[in-house]
Amino acid sequence: MALKNALDSFRQGQVWKSIFRHGPPTDRRNRGMVVLSNVFLHLHPIKARRSGIKMSYTWCMGGLSFFIFLVEVVTGILLMFYYRPTPEYAYNDIQQLGFDVPLGIMREVHRWGAHAMVISVWLHMFRVFMTGSYKPPREFNWNIGVILLVLTMLLSFTGYLLPWDQLAMWAVTVGSNMARATPFLGHEGPGAALLNIGGIPLITPASDVRFALLGGRFVGAATLLRFYVLHCVAIPFIAVILMAVHFWRVRKDGGISGPL
Amino acid sequence: MSDKGANISPAPPVPKLPSKEELAARRAAEGFVVPQKHEEGAEAHAEPAAAEPSVAEPSAAAAPAESAAKPAPEPAKSASPAAEPSKEPAKPAAAPAPKPAAAPAPKPAAAGAAGAAKPAAAAPAAAKPAPAAKPAPAAKPAAAAKPAAAAAAARPAAATATVSRRGFVSWFSIGWTAFSLASAGGLVGLLRFLFPNVLFEPPSSFKAGFPDAFGVGQVNEDFKDKFGVWLVRNEEGIYALSTTCTHLGCIPNWLATEEKFKCPCHGSGFYKTGINFEGPAPRPLERYRVALAEDGQVLVDKTRKYQQELGQWADPEALLKLT
Repeated sequence: MALKNALDSFRQGQVWKSIFRHGPPTDRRNRGMVVLSNVFLHLHPIKARRSGIKMSYTWCMGGLSFFIFLVEVVTGILLMFYYRPTPEYAYNDIQQLGFDVPLGIMREVHRWGAHAMVISVWLHMFRVFMTGSYKPPREFNWNIGVILLVLTMLLSFTGYLLPWDQLAMWAVTVGSNMARATPFLGHEGPGAALLNIGGIPLITPASDVRFALLGGRFVGAATLLRFYVLHCVAIPFIAVILMAVHFWRVRKDGGISGPL
Repeated sequence: MSDKGANISPAPPVPKLPSKEELAARRAAEGFVVPQKHEEGAEAHAEPAAAEPSVAEPSAAAAPAESAAKPAPEPAKSASPAAEPSKEPAKPAAAPAPKPAAAPAPKPAAAGAAGAAKPAAAAPAAAKPAPAAKPAPAAKPAAAAKPAAAAAAARPAAATATVSRRGFVSWFSIGWTAFSLASAGGLVGLLRFLFPNVLFEPPSSFKAGFPDAFGVGQVNEDFKDKFGVWLVRNEEGIYALSTTCTHLGCIPNWLATEEKFKCPCHGSGFYKTGINFEGPAPRPLERYRVALAEDGQVLVDKTRKYQQELGQWADPEALLKLT
């Protein structure tokens, strides 16, 4: 009894009311008010169509992708406390994350999450296509989604190098060697010879787009650091911005998974 | 002046007040002001233009023609003496419109004077380098005040409809120009930032010891790890093979018992010469330039490579002859 009184008076107090401005979401009005006044909740619409929460309709892959992305961010940050992106330390730190650190499963979770995210974004794309949710007015959002898909693949590619084992190093060597053949910007691509100033070539093995990607002429310490920054900061930054656009457009274009 | 638009400050004072004749000449030129050095061109332009049938008296005809040519050559201050007197009768009532120093081509408007098409075309192009772009409204009162070229009056009036002189270079456009330039500069700087100036990689040329250290028919692997080079000696001399597999870039292994280089990634096989004979490799291993250093050691220079399929192995620098 006394406890209930205490709770009630606490709920009438300034501390509580400054955080929770409206009453409990028991009636229709308050349900709306609570959603509207919360920064996380207000990203959702107040009301959703029934089909919007049907698994058979949406597969929930978009939401799953976002959820896995959040898991990756959290596990990634935790990994960053122990991983050093230099050739000297990288491999050993990854080993230590498995054995010397409590709950030494972060690296695995991060890796499985990466695979799962790739699968989920592809399935999401597949679902969007099958339900025709790319047709006007949603075509722009489809394009944003494709860019997000490419960013997901790039996150996988850059993250793959970070364990700095043989698999990582050669996979990235082979993958980045493709950049040599870029037209105009790669030193073995067509048209590279055209880009010169008075005979001095601008595109050489030490100045083409592959060089900019690797930070050197071959995969080395500079590459590891560069891929680390891309993987942890640059690409997630762009991806978050585009995700915001992507979610915004879903709402503005008429909501999730409704009939056209 | 009928200025519209959101101008923040009143018109700045005219720095150097030109004389009345100067103003008249300028108004005749519809605001064209260009550097003096093209004056010779003015006469040349005046010739064909003067030939055009213009309105009223010959002097008036010469005036718009010359004034149209004038924009091309004329500097801010001094009209050519030839033009001035002819302009004065042609433009009696040119009320000096307040006008800052240089007013380059408000396009066809002014130069359109009296159908002098050629000078008109030349004038805007030549007037571009002229300072402080302040077109149009200068042309408008000028055109209106020009009695001689009636046709010109119609055209300028139509062409200089919208942008005021003051509004053309407004804070708005200055701001956006500065912003775009700064953004472009920032982007260029960002791209340049990604290309390091210093590479912490092994040097691209190195000395590999004296030629006697290499036995005929042997593959030397001492420089494989650090420099990515195999040194092979045959009867003719020494050559340096790149350790990069020509398939997808892995590092093959030298299998001495089988006398071949074998790539562990996808199984490409190369003879001791570097020629590919099995596996997915499309072409032979590349050779690097070899030379004799001053102290007699073998110098391998990785900045030059020679590809067999291009016939480059015939190059004398691809093989260090030791016979």
